[in-house]
Amino acid sequence: MWYWLRIAAAVAFVLVLVAIVDIASHGSFLQASNLVRVLRQITYNCILGVGQTFVIITAGIDLSVGSLVALTGVVAALFANAVHLSGFPLIAATLIVAVAVGSIAGWVNALPVVKLNLPPFITTLAMLEMALGAAFILSHGRPVALQSSDFQNTGIGSFLGGVTRALHLPSIPVPVIWMLVVIVAASVLLNRTRFGRYVFAIGGNEEAARLAGINVARVKTAVYMISGACAAIVGFLYMALFSSGSPQTGTGDELLESIAAVVVGGTSLAGGRGSIIGTFFGALLIGVLYNAMNLLNVDSYLQKVLLGAVILLAVVLDELRKRYFARS
Amino acid sequence: MTPPLLEMRSVGKRFPGVQALSDVSLTLAAGEVLVLVGENGAGKSTLMKILAGALQADAGEIFIGGARVKIATPQEAQHLGIGMIYQEFTLVPQLTVPANISLGREPTRGGLIDAAAVGARAKQVLGELGLELPFDVPVSKLSVAQQQSVEIAKALATSARIIVMDEPTAALSDREIERLFAVVRRLRASGAGIIYISHRMDELPRIADRVTVMRDGKIVETRLAKDFPPGEIVEAMVGRRLSAQFPKLPALPADAAIRLDVKGLSRAGIINDVSFSVRAGEIVGLAGLVGAGRTEIVRAIAGADSPSRGEIRIDGQAVRSGRIGEAIADGIAFITEDRKAQGLVLGMTVRENVTLAHLAEFVDRDLLVDVARERAATVRMIDELQIRTPSTEQLARNLSGGTQQKVVLAKWLLGEARVFLFDEPTRGIDVGAKSEIYKLIVELAARGAAIVMVSSDLPEVLGMAHRVLVVRGGRIVAKFDRADATPDRVIAAATGAAA
Repeated sequence: MWYWLRIAAAVAFVLVLVAIVDIASHGSFLQASNLVRVLRQITYNCILGVGQTFVIITAGIDLSVGSLVALTGVVAALFANAVHLSGFPLIAATLIVAVAVGSIAGWVNALPVVKLNLPPFITTLAMLEMALGAAFILSHGRPVALQSSDFQNTGIGSFLGGVTRALHLPSIPVPVIWMLVVIVAASVLLNRTRFGRYVFAIGGNEEAARLAGINVARVKTAVYMISGACAAIVGFLYMALFSSGSPQTGTGDELLESIAAVVVGGTSLAGGRGSIIGTFFGALLIGVLYNAMNLLNVDSYLQKVLLGAVILLAVVLDELRKRYFARS
Repeated sequence: MTPPLLEMRSVGKRFPGVQALSDVSLTLAAGEVLVLVGENGAGKSTLMKILAGALQADAGEIFIGGARVKIATPQEAQHLGIGMIYQEFTLVPQLTVPANISLGREPTRGGLIDAAAVGARAKQVLGELGLELPFDVPVSKLSVAQQQSVEIAKALATSARIIVMDEPTAALSDREIERLFAVVRRLRASGAGIIYISHRMDELPRIADRVTVMRDGKIVETRLAKDFPPGEIVEAMVGRRLSAQFPKLPALPADAAIRLDVKGLSRAGIINDVSFSVRAGEIVGLAGLVGAGRTEIVRAIAGADSPSRGEIRIDGQAVRSGRIGEAIADGIAFITEDRKAQGLVLGMTVRENVTLAHLAEFVDRDLLVDVARERAATVRMIDELQIRTPSTEQLARNLSGGTQQKVVLAKWLLGEARVFLFDEPTRGIDVGAKSEIYKLIVELAARGAAIVMVSSDLPEVLGMAHRVLVVRGGRIVAKFDRADATPDRVIAAATGAAA
């Protein structure tokens, strides 16, 4: 009963906010095309956040994802230019190479964490520097332009464009479909498999997990590899979007905004608690906020201040909610 | 007549599911050493935490020097002249002796720490105690006994008049104990009152003026030390409990096969050449003092720590030691001492905790966990063990101690374990839940499991085990059959005192 009242209250609150923004923006906010635009904008940080969610649930952190986006994008572009393939085989092979590079980097991140019990903050910070440097070395500091145009559809195409046009719906960008696939796959992995259960168990009580016979080192290694692989998917999608692999892509706000999405989405930095869908909504909240502020012509510097305030508010509210329910 | 230094009157404290203290009254005079004894869970620590302001009593009053006081925080306790010396030290390991002694009350000059005054104060306090310690090395470089001296000096530096020591000799050698006693005597001579918590009968006559015995959250007896022989103290600690509390142990068939066989198990400095065997259907109790190495022995058998030497066999098959996953696959279940730290993932549901160690059995097509089957198995366990939880989806965090312990048990009963290692299976749970756990343990034995039970609760070991092994200093120092295992014999072996 209480549960549904709370849901209803939350929905009502959101609806009121949406109505205000929509009226203030003269109806442009609620247009389908604008909502699709928000989804496209959050795609990249959301996928990074999904990988990060696994790591954070084990009470870890991955600071290297932004640099890995750059590195995997550069490597993917160099690979695509070097091989004599085209069409689907080229796209698939390039993706596999990017994901392999990201996963290996994740494995390297995890090695000192599981073998020497070093804090992941440090090992992934080191990887942040190394991967960024490697991206610049491999690309000689310049974007690597793709010679093939086969990636265009992946980067900027529309999904089932004929169907959406016929139905007078806004076209759905292909990267959004990638995001949805990643979200669904990650949700199943986290919520329905043994591996996912072990991720929660390790974050909740690592010693209890170990004594239950769980191979803690293997699970922890896997979460960093997943995070690296997600960074690689983003690197690949950016490369397809820009038709080039640049060592500067992904090295801006991506890292911190993807972590913000995870935390705003209710995943605990202390580990043991979190969800993929929460991360999606966290990314969505940040995306909607930016979008609304743009529509309302909020000064772009002020936007940053407001975004920070909203993140703080979200986690403070979450903490208060937890305390309230811990007492009752 | 002057009022006593400290008086606690009718103090009571209730934890969820357990009445930890009821109607406890005690007095402490200046210049007196009051030794507080009692088994684990008797309420000594709870009582002292209330005195130190770390816990709040639900009932009762505290008077210091005749004036009624309220002790809401550890800081208030300090201001009232109460100094606690815990078993776990509260020193900052990287700081020096003088810095630790002055911690939080550093004398300053012009806003900066006055190093000379810090040193002088340390010298003065240590002088009062007749101690000499190096001043220029971090305390982490000092021996345990020296660190303890720093801890005492720290309490003294706060002008503490009431000093509580919680098992101060647990980690000390004989010579260090003698030195500690000298310090305690000096404190006493200076007019401080000392409450001294101990498990060791042998040291009581050497230090105690009076002895107070606690049991089940109550004070059962207080006498002058010279009128209280150790035998009677043990009797008061153990009490004449109803034997009905323990279920009847099934007799062990003479031809029962050896199920668990441990040979020469050693871990450098911790376990020393431990060998014993347990037959199918047999319950073996490991008795001994805290820190004797009992937990370490079962941890090594469970694969939680790697032993440096030794052999473990189950039904004649060697178990690869030091690997938990393989120990579980070989049929070893380890029910840990500390449910919250090691046994449960508190933020997970009852269902998720119950299936955690055997999740592979609930996976369909090698991929997805079948929650419906998990739920069915958990419901079965809830019925079988009478786990008091509203549903399989309740978080482990929200259950009482006894119920949590049953969830841990359910986790291990789900598999096909042949050997069960229980470490303090009933610590901190109420009497009703205790007897249910006893019944389950006996039932497991009746089904042919080999059971090793570590317990500091003497009646529990005596009432629940076919055989009792006594551990001291990482070795098995005595073995008793059920008929020969009397409280005084076991305690004598555990403390190293001649019975």
